[in-house]
Amino acid sequence: MRFMLNGAVKEVATHPAARLIDVLREECGLTGTKEGCGEGECGACTVLIDGEPVCSCIIPVAQVADAEVTTVEGLNGEHPLQKLFMDEVGAQCGICTPGMIMAALSLGPAPTLDEVRTALAGNLCRCTGYSAIYRAVMKWRGMTAGDTPGSAVVA
Amino acid sequence: MPAVGNSVARKDGIGKATGAAKYADDITFPGMLFGRTIRSTIPRGRIRSIRFDFDTAGFTIVDYRDVPATNAVDLMAQDQPFLVETEVRHMAEPILLLAHEDREKLNAASVEIDYDEEEPLFDPERSTQVFKSIDIVKGNVSAAIENADVIVEGTYRTGHQEHIYIEPNGVIAVPEDGGITIHGSVQCPFYVIKALRCLLGSAHPNVRVIQTETGGGFGGKEEYPSMIAGHAVMLAIKSGRPVKIIYDRVEDMVATTKRHPAIVRHRTGLTRDGRLVAMDIDVLMDGGAYVTLSPTVLSRGCIHAAGPYRCDDIRIQGRTVFTNTPPNGAFRGFGAPQTEFAVEVHMDRIAEQLGIDPVELRRINALRPGDRTATGQTLRDDCSAHMVLEEAIKRTDFSRKRKEYKGTNRTIGLALFYHGAGFTGAGERNLKSKARLELTPTGVRIATGSTEIGQGTRTMHAQIVTDALGIPYEDVEVAQPDTSKVADSGPTVASRTCMVVGKILEECAHEMKEKLGGLTPAEYYKRSGPFTVERMYEPPDWIQWDDKTYLGDAYATYGWGCDVVELELDPDTYEVRPLKVTAVQEFGRPIHPALARGQIEGGTAQGMGYALLERVVMRNGVMANSTLTNYTIPTTLDMPEMDIVMLENPYPGGPFGAKGLGELPMDGPAPAVVNALRHMGLDIREIPATPELIANCVARA
Repeated sequence: MRFMLNGAVKEVATHPAARLIDVLREECGLTGTKEGCGEGECGACTVLIDGEPVCSCIIPVAQVADAEVTTVEGLNGEHPLQKLFMDEVGAQCGICTPGMIMAALSLGPAPTLDEVRTALAGNLCRCTGYSAIYRAVMKWRGMTAGDTPGSAVVA
Repeated sequence: MPAVGNSVARKDGIGKATGAAKYADDITFPGMLFGRTIRSTIPRGRIRSIRFDFDTAGFTIVDYRDVPATNAVDLMAQDQPFLVETEVRHMAEPILLLAHEDREKLNAASVEIDYDEEEPLFDPERSTQVFKSIDIVKGNVSAAIENADVIVEGTYRTGHQEHIYIEPNGVIAVPEDGGITIHGSVQCPFYVIKALRCLLGSAHPNVRVIQTETGGGFGGKEEYPSMIAGHAVMLAIKSGRPVKIIYDRVEDMVATTKRHPAIVRHRTGLTRDGRLVAMDIDVLMDGGAYVTLSPTVLSRGCIHAAGPYRCDDIRIQGRTVFTNTPPNGAFRGFGAPQTEFAVEVHMDRIAEQLGIDPVELRRINALRPGDRTATGQTLRDDCSAHMVLEEAIKRTDFSRKRKEYKGTNRTIGLALFYHGAGFTGAGERNLKSKARLELTPTGVRIATGSTEIGQGTRTMHAQIVTDALGIPYEDVEVAQPDTSKVADSGPTVASRTCMVVGKILEECAHEMKEKLGGLTPAEYYKRSGPFTVERMYEPPDWIQWDDKTYLGDAYATYGWGCDVVELELDPDTYEVRPLKVTAVQEFGRPIHPALARGQIEGGTAQGMGYALLERVVMRNGVMANSTLTNYTIPTTLDMPEMDIVMLENPYPGGPFGAKGLGELPMDGPAPAVVNALRHMGLDIREIPATPELIANCVARA
C-alpha cells in the first residue's frame, strides 16, 4: 500500500486494518505521534490526512491509501508554532503537544478565541488548563496579547 | 538580567514540540519483548486454579514463585505483593506476567483463573481495618463547643479522582552489564530503586533507573511505577531479554491509584458575631486494599482540615481504612483538596446560618502572622491569608457581583485555602535529601533525582544555580535523572522540588562559587580539572515536630490562595458553565513566572474537573467508566477564562524566597464552585457537582 508521508512516497506492507498510528510509529519510525487513549478521545495521536486533523489511533491504514499524511516530523522542527509552544509554556509535559500542534494547523489565518477552542476541543491536555496553548496559537496567528484569554500579574 | 524572576528560555529544548523527545513507549531495544499483566477479575477471594488456554511456547511466564527475594512493594508498609500468591484483595490485582515478542500473540493469550470468592467490603464507613489514625488536639473542644452561641454541623463527601496524565504508565527493563536498567515514566526514580532492592535482594545488586521523558504525573507516577518496574524486571530476568510494559488507557485507569475518596464531618461552635470558637472535625479516607501512601495522605488531609482559620479549640480525628478496591494513592494536593473542600463549603454554610457575608466571616477568622494553627504552629510573616482574600475580592468586584447575580442563572463564589510545602513535620529532616553540582569543561551540571514531569524542574533549578553562581544561564546544564549518576534529592512530590531541592542547589552553588575563587567554571576546569559539590538539605532549625502528639511546625511554610469562580447554571439541563476563574495565589516568589502561571492554570483546571466533571463510577470494586469517553476531564470547551494573580511574600528559607507551588492550585476550585452554587440556593455538599447531583438537589428542595 502506498501513501504520501510528509511529502515523500511511502510504501508499506502491513495488514490494511493495522492502525495508522502503529504504522507510523513502528513501521515508519516516526514516534512523534503519541498514543494517549487508543479510542480517539484524547487527540494525542492527531495527524493531518489531506490537511484535515484526524486521530491516527482509530484509522486503519487502508483509509490513507493514496492520501497525504503529515505528522509532526513533517514540520521539520521549523514551524513557528513549535517554538511558540515551548516559549509560551503551551507544552508542559509535552505528550499532547505534537497532536495539539497538528490540530492547530487546521486553523484559518485570523481565528477568534472561540475558533481556537473549537479547533482544539478534541485534544486533551492535563497540564496547562489550555490558556498557554491559546497564547501560543494566537501569537502564531499574529494576535496581540489583548486578544488572548486570561491575564496574569506578579505583584 | 538575573535568571530568577524572569521567564527565561526553558531547558527542555524544542524536542517536546517536534516529537523528538523520547517517552518510554518511543524507545525500543534489540530483542525486546512486550509484557502483559494478568489481573484478578474478582474483588476478594482465593485463587483455586490457573489454566493457560494457549500454546505457551515462545512465552515467558512469571508468577509469584519467580520473585527473587521479597514479594512486596517496599513503600510505607510491605503489605502489597508484586504478584498475588493466593489471596486476592481487589479487582485488577496482578497475578501473572506474560511476555512475548509478538504483541498480537501476547494480547490473544487467554488465561483462565478460578477463585473461591469471598464477600468484598466496599463501604469505608463499615470498614474496621484501620491503616492509620490521627488525633490532633488543640485546647479543649468539648468545653468550647458547650460555650458556643451557635453550633453548625455538616458532612461533606468527595469521590475518587483519576490522574489522567496523557501518557499512560510504562517502563522497559533491560538486562545489561551484569545488572538491570529500568527506563521509565516515573516521578521518583529512587523509590523504584528501593522497591527493586527489596524485590530482588542480594542476587541482583546492580539495578539502575533512568527517567524517560515523562508525560505527566500529578502523583500518579509516584508509587505505582515501582510495581510496574518490578514486573518488567522479573520478566527480563526470566527471559534474559529487554521487556517493555506499557499500559493502555483502560488498564491504567482500572489498575493504578486514584485520589482517596473522603467523608469529612464538621461540628463547629461560633459566637453570634461569627468568631470560630470550636472546630470538631472527623476525617475518613478510603485507602483501598493496601497501605501504599495512605497514612501520609491522611496526615496532610488532617493537618489542613481546619482550613486557614484561627481557633483556639480544635480536635481533628482522622482514619484511613481498608476496602476491597485498588489502593488509592498520591494525587496532587495529597489529602488537602478533600479536607479543604469540606471546611470551605462548611464556612459558607456557617455564613448562611449566621446571616453573615462569607467574605466577612473569613475576614474575622483567617489566620494572621502570630496565630497558631491546629497543630500549634505559630505562623510567621509569610502568612498571607488576608492578602490573597482582599486581592481576590477587589479584583473580581466580588461583593457587587454577589448581590447583582442573586436570583439569576449566574452566580459567584469563593474559597480561601493554604497548602504546606515540603514533607510534613520531621519528614524533610528524616529524608536527608542531597543535591550535586558538577563542574564541566564549559560550566556546571545539576545532578539530582528530581524529575521534570512538565512542571519545569530543569529550567527552575538551572535558574537558581545560574544566579547563585553568577554565571550565564546557558552554562548550566541539567542531567537526566539516572540513579547511577545523580544524587538522591528525594521524591518529586509534595511541592518540594523548588523550595527544598532548589535550596540545596542554591547552597551547592554558593560553595562552588567560593571554591572557584573568582574564576569562571571553564577557567577553573582548564587550570585544575573537575570537582563536584554535594550538599544535604538542612531544614530551618526552628522546626519542632512531635509525631506522637501531632503537634508542632507541620510545614516550614505555606502557600496561600483565594479562588473566585463565576458560573452559569442551565435551568433545564442543570449543566454548569464556568465563566471565569480568578486565582490569587501567594507562594513566596515565582522563579519562572510563565512556568509558575502554568502550574496555577493547570492545577486550577484539574480542580475544576474535580468540582464538576470527574466522577469515578465504582462497580463491584472497580472503575466502571474506565475510558476517556465516559470519564471526562476538562476540554478547551469546559475551561473558562482564567485570571491569575501571583502575589509575593518571600519565605526566607526558600531559594530566592520561593515556597512550594505545585499542589496549592488544586485546593481551591472545588469549594469555590460549590459555594457559588450555594449562592443560587443549591445545598450541595459533595463533588463532582454533576447535572444529576444538582437535579437531585433541586428535587429535594
